[in-house]
Amino acid sequence: MIFLDDTDKKILNTIQFGFPLETEPYEKLGEELGISEDEVIERLERLHDEGAVRKIGPIINRRGVGGTSTLVAVSVPEEKVDEVAGYINEYHEVSHNYHRPEKFNVWFTISAANRERIDTILEELREKTGLEFIDLPTKKLFKIGVRFNIK
Amino acid sequence: MDDMDEKIIKMTQNGILLKRSPFADIASELGISEQEIVDRLKKMQEEEVIRRFGASIGHRDIGIVANAMCVWNVPDESTEEIGTIMAGFSEVTHCYERPRVPGWDYNLFAMVHSYTKEDCEKIAAKISEATGIKDYKLLYSDREFKKTGVRL
Repeated sequence: MIFLDDTDKKILNTIQFGFPLETEPYEKLGEELGISEDEVIERLERLHDEGAVRKIGPIINRRGVGGTSTLVAVSVPEEKVDEVAGYINEYHEVSHNYHRPEKFNVWFTISAANRERIDTILEELREKTGLEFIDLPTKKLFKIGVRFNIK
Repeated sequence: MDDMDEKIIKMTQNGILLKRSPFADIASELGISEQEIVDRLKKMQEEEVIRRFGASIGHRDIGIVANAMCVWNVPDESTEEIGTIMAGFSEVTHCYERPRVPGWDYNLFAMVHSYTKEDCEKIAAKISEATGIKDYKLLYSDREFKKTGVRL
């Protein structure tokens, strides 16, 4: 596990929702956190190399850009999980894919330009794997706002 | 969103550079100023084309290893009311209503992330108490095959 000091934690808690949209954002972050721009960049490089920061960029609203998404569950024999996950991951439109040790053990989300594209992907996956995919499109979104409170 | 906005999203969605002027290369490639890139990103945020501009955290790598999809069997006529209560919990990061299908009865989904499973269970128990929904399950992820986020 990655060691985080108090400054790292402050950086991580700030840049999730309060990343300054400016031409020199790291300078601004440094001012906010009371450290130099160079230190911000050095720390972010380390946090990125170690995996604490995956990327800094836009979190796209699929509906906002035109498009639709679904959550899919599938029951895969454990010995085939890696193979099936590989087929699923090949699609650019698959944004998340997890193993959950339950009856339906592979869960993934598809985010695509339209419903037809989702149907095509699911049809191709059925053909490749012979498995039944449970399609659970969003009926209503109550909340989305992943924010980790890093302690 | 116009073509230039789309280009900006595509050139930043895999992450901006960790250097002093992270938008400089993109600006020169697109033939616009760095300030225009920043202004367009802000506008896209206001228009909710992007939910936010910021960091995606490798939460497992920093110890947030208990990631539960809490699924709830809620009477159809109450989903609106109960979904709103669930979304009000700060520990819930996502909350969706989804259809029931044969073999799957749970129609509300709430994601909870924490450092321990015990903590997730406590949060779910609190939600159960607040909503009166007793039929629920926590499905923990134990492997991540992919997490790129939505991309254009």
